[in-house]
Amino acid sequence: MNTSRLNGVMQNAAALGEKSRACLNDFKSWVQLDSTNLSDGQQLAVKYFTVAVILFFAQILFGLLAATQFIYPSFLYEILDFNVNRMIHINAMIVWMLYGFIGCVYWFLEDESGTEIVGLKLGNIAFWVLTGAVTVVVLVYLLVQIGPGKDSSLWFINEGREYIEAPRWADIGIVVVMLIFFYNVVATFSKGKWSGIAGVLTLDLVALAGLYVAGMFYMTNITHEQYWWWWVIHLWVEATWEVLVGVIMAWSLMKLLGVRRKIIQTWLYIEVALMFGSGILGLGHHYFWIGTPEYWLTIGGFFSALEPIPLVAMVVHAVYDSGTHAFKNGNHPALAWIIAQAFGNFFGAGVWGFMHTLPQINLYTHGTQWSASHGHLAFFGAYATINIAFFYLAIQHWRGDVWMGGGSQNAWRWKWALGLLNGGVLGMTIALLIAGYEQSFIERAVEGSTWGGYFTAQNHPSFQSAMVWRLFFGTITFAGFILLVWDLLTIGKGETRKAPEIIES
Amino acid sequence: MEETPIWASESFWKKTAIWVTAGSFLILVVLTMDTLTKTSAGSKRVPAYAVINKKVDYQYDKALHKSMPIIGENEFLFGKEYTEEEARQLVDLGKKTTQAKNCMNCHTLLGNGAYFAPDLTKAWLDKGWISKDMREDMMVKFLMDPENNARTYGSNRKMPNLKITEQEAKGIIAFLKWMSSIDTNGFPYNFKTIEAED
Repeated sequence: MNTSRLNGVMQNAAALGEKSRACLNDFKSWVQLDSTNLSDGQQLAVKYFTVAVILFFAQILFGLLAATQFIYPSFLYEILDFNVNRMIHINAMIVWMLYGFIGCVYWFLEDESGTEIVGLKLGNIAFWVLTGAVTVVVLVYLLVQIGPGKDSSLWFINEGREYIEAPRWADIGIVVVMLIFFYNVVATFSKGKWSGIAGVLTLDLVALAGLYVAGMFYMTNITHEQYWWWWVIHLWVEATWEVLVGVIMAWSLMKLLGVRRKIIQTWLYIEVALMFGSGILGLGHHYFWIGTPEYWLTIGGFFSALEPIPLVAMVVHAVYDSGTHAFKNGNHPALAWIIAQAFGNFFGAGVWGFMHTLPQINLYTHGTQWSASHGHLAFFGAYATINIAFFYLAIQHWRGDVWMGGGSQNAWRWKWALGLLNGGVLGMTIALLIAGYEQSFIERAVEGSTWGGYFTAQNHPSFQSAMVWRLFFGTITFAGFILLVWDLLTIGKGETRKAPEIIES
Repeated sequence: MEETPIWASESFWKKTAIWVTAGSFLILVVLTMDTLTKTSAGSKRVPAYAVINKKVDYQYDKALHKSMPIIGENEFLFGKEYTEEEARQLVDLGKKTTQAKNCMNCHTLLGNGAYFAPDLTKAWLDKGWISKDMREDMMVKFLMDPENNARTYGSNRKMPNLKITEQEAKGIIAFLKWMSSIDTNGFPYNFKTIEAED
């Protein structure tokens, strides 16, 4: 390449850099967020929240692509096939929720421990390393997609295991980043003060990080492989994540409603006992049909049937606390999303899970859209909602603790975002449930699950129309997301009234 | 002010949480060790890889009220008898290929995965392969060039070309045959195999 062309490229790159910097500055002056309102830990937390929101967008986008392919199978055929879209859809979900959780913990870590974060610099480095790794993994998913049947494919492209597809190199990176996060939590509490919330959080993070390792091995024996795979997936989303959400919820209710610490922590222990008491052996409901012994039918059926109990307790807890404080709080959208969490978790994880958890019915529902129906409402209800509630708590503080009430001028935005997102996900859930019923009857019960039976069920008008409704409600969800982002960026802008100080009572 | 009863106190629930968690986890560890032993390749529930040399079927057992895998006489795969180690290598190649090609994000295996394409648990035994004589050949051709050998059943859903080599295709077929011999507690229910008479 000659020098003049090189100079041209350099100039273009410089101009592009200049332009993007100008755009960023314009954006900053538009949102008018004052970062001096945030502590160092909170500044790190909002970085995690930002990436979480971007990945939330990716989740919905690739979900819409995959949903479209159910209706038009040739859409993006051999460009972005269903398996690629679906993989990014569910991976973006897992990762954005984890980013959200990590952000929540960094947000309250200093407040809860009463001291500054010990390894803040390390925490920042870990953030950039993780974000860089996530970007590379997604680019490889999109551009390389698949590899030959060799170990190198599993190390560098994808592991081909639903939910934990990330290639092995990224697994190792994730574990390192989680260890840094864990160190920051433990070291900060040790330097400051411990509390019940801190203790539960620490033990939960040990389990959460440890379990991930169980999913990092290749095995020829598919029964063994799926056995350990469920250790990660189930013990994350039906045990350790639920407890982590309990911790975040506990802290949020103290801040938002002024609930007494003693009451909150007692509730938290009750929830841990119920959650782990039912959830750990409830793992057995994944061991009905993968080659594992028959005793899992009994153990899995019994304990997973108990899994809704802690979720009922959480609804009681949230509604009772809100009621005794007469719903008095200075952040209405956050409280609304917390109430949505209590009910979403109960219905999505509890009711929808219970509906098909007993082996007598699961024999017919296993591997149908029934699971997708449950998955949509449970992940949204239990985990998306609490993260969104926390985004509102964070943005309020970032704005300088201004009043965020239901009567404010632009409150329609968060109300509509709340309605569209919940309505959209609920609509998808019902559509998928109808498809699941139809599959259970036609493909499983009548046709005996042959390939012919599978397609008979897929071609059935009630299945096909369910897929159209799912896409429709997916776009509703997407609209809700756009409104949510707009609201998060603008809520409280220009508001001068301070939120009332919530005093513990 | 009355004293807090023991069952409503923080310390009682703290201890309960610790004991319940530790107890449940301990039971899980014991059950895990038992399960892994009972499901190692070569166990009663999960046959050795050399089962690919045998005829595999899946028949309804009236006494048990569920279908059970039936291992029959010799029925070589690709006309060759494999030693246990050769069989393991072939199944391993197939299993690894199913992961590297991300099959699980369209198909289900043992009922787990995505729901855009049929379940693979008993795919080896599916009537869709028309007859046993044609099965191996049809499967290899389909896996290597799914677009031109599409099996859409009127759905317009076609498997994309995943650049599967012939050796990989044979590995996948060996893996599917081995997987169909696993005792899955009667899942899927009411499945009529390619062996069944109409």
